[in-house]
Amino acid sequence: MPVEQLEVENLHLWRGERHVLRGLRFALARGACLEVCGANGSGKTTLLRTLCGLIYPEEGRVLWNGEDVQRDLRAFHAALAYLGHEPPLKADLTARENLHYWIGVRRRLGEEELSRALARVGASSWCGRRVRTLSAGQRRRVALAGLALLHVPLWLLDEPTTNLDGEGRELVGTLLSEQLGRGGMVIAAVHQGLPASVSPVTRLELAA
Amino acid sequence: MSSTGSPVTPLVAMVDSARLGGPHGLAEAMQPASALEAARLALLRDLQLAFRKRGQLLQPLAFFVMVALLFPLAVSPEPARLRELAPAVLWIGALLASLLALEFLFRDDAYDGTLEQYALSGQSLTSLMFAKTLAHWLLTGVPLALMAPVVAMSLGVVAAPALAGIVLAVGVGTVPLSLIGSIGAALTLGIKRSGTLLSLLTLPLSLPALIFGARATQLAIHGAPLLAPLELLGALAVLGITLAPIAAAAAVRISLE
Repeated sequence: MPVEQLEVENLHLWRGERHVLRGLRFALARGACLEVCGANGSGKTTLLRTLCGLIYPEEGRVLWNGEDVQRDLRAFHAALAYLGHEPPLKADLTARENLHYWIGVRRRLGEEELSRALARVGASSWCGRRVRTLSAGQRRRVALAGLALLHVPLWLLDEPTTNLDGEGRELVGTLLSEQLGRGGMVIAAVHQGLPASVSPVTRLELAA
Repeated sequence: MSSTGSPVTPLVAMVDSARLGGPHGLAEAMQPASALEAARLALLRDLQLAFRKRGQLLQPLAFFVMVALLFPLAVSPEPARLRELAPAVLWIGALLASLLALEFLFRDDAYDGTLEQYALSGQSLTSLMFAKTLAHWLLTGVPLALMAPVVAMSLGVVAAPALAGIVLAVGVGTVPLSLIGSIGAALTLGIKRSGTLLSLLTLPLSLPALIFGARATQLAIHGAPLLAPLELLGALAVLGITLAPIAAAAAVRISLE
């Protein structure tokens, strides 16, 4: 029976003259959370984008369940959710419409389930508003609702608590803990650390 | 459990999975969308967004009408002369109007992270690119085809069969224009102020559609059978449907790096 596991072997990546990822290797099993820290420009976002296959490393490989992800990139992508700096939302659609399209492209989604996810992040009262009228924190909450709806084993998150208030940070902690409790994995690039409720966390410090 | 290390330091974070649920629990909870459903939603999203931004939607159409209406002022108001020029005016207008809307085909999706999400969706990026191109054709090609008879009448073409032929020619001919344009739009994604480069890439590849489209329009105006150039336009459309989404998807992947 295959056990979901992410392994990174000897990852090297250059951006122009800069050697950003230098022989990075680690493995992440079910229920594990990796917190990627480092100064601005240390390569946190680059690492996440390389892990999910948006950037091809010059050397090294990423293995998913023992298989090189490049062999079947689509199957690997179906198993991961990536949230970048900015929530992937359309300003001219409402929060609900955004989730309907964004998540609907990946999985079948019922209206009730969608409403529950929006309620979970406190968006029930404003989910009918166009995203351009929402605050950055509200947009982040919509993105978190989308993340929770995806039900995939691997989450790759870039600054998941950015723009969130205290309650929002707690919500991130709860969602991450639930993901780990389900046997999912989380890799999060952070500046200020993940909420204390997320445990266990392994820390990876990237040098600038 | 916490450890810190430089990127060159091997780091292994293994967690005992015995306490966790079945290994397939997460996968079972999700019913993946089929490729067709995904493409349908990508198409609907673009259509809905276009109708929310009507100004952007009407720009190519307004441009098409303006170009056509300026010709009689610049050349001659004589109907016979205008009728002769009508195929060229219609097709150059349609080509440039279609090009005008191309810049927006992927640009907003690249800025707001939608393309990234498409690339990581586990769905075929090729079919999603096809859906986006289809949306572009529905939002520019079809309105241009429907507006073409009005423009043709302003150029002295009044016979009903000729007008029907013109709708058909512009309708079919704008399919390859959208498909070729999608490759150019994807290739120029990472470039600021890419309009000029997009035109330079797209216009030469659009020449066959322009030639056969103008010929079909000319035959329609003269009341002659226009099946041959229409078939050639159809063949170009089929070739484009087969190859352009693959090329656009590859170009989008490169631009995301």
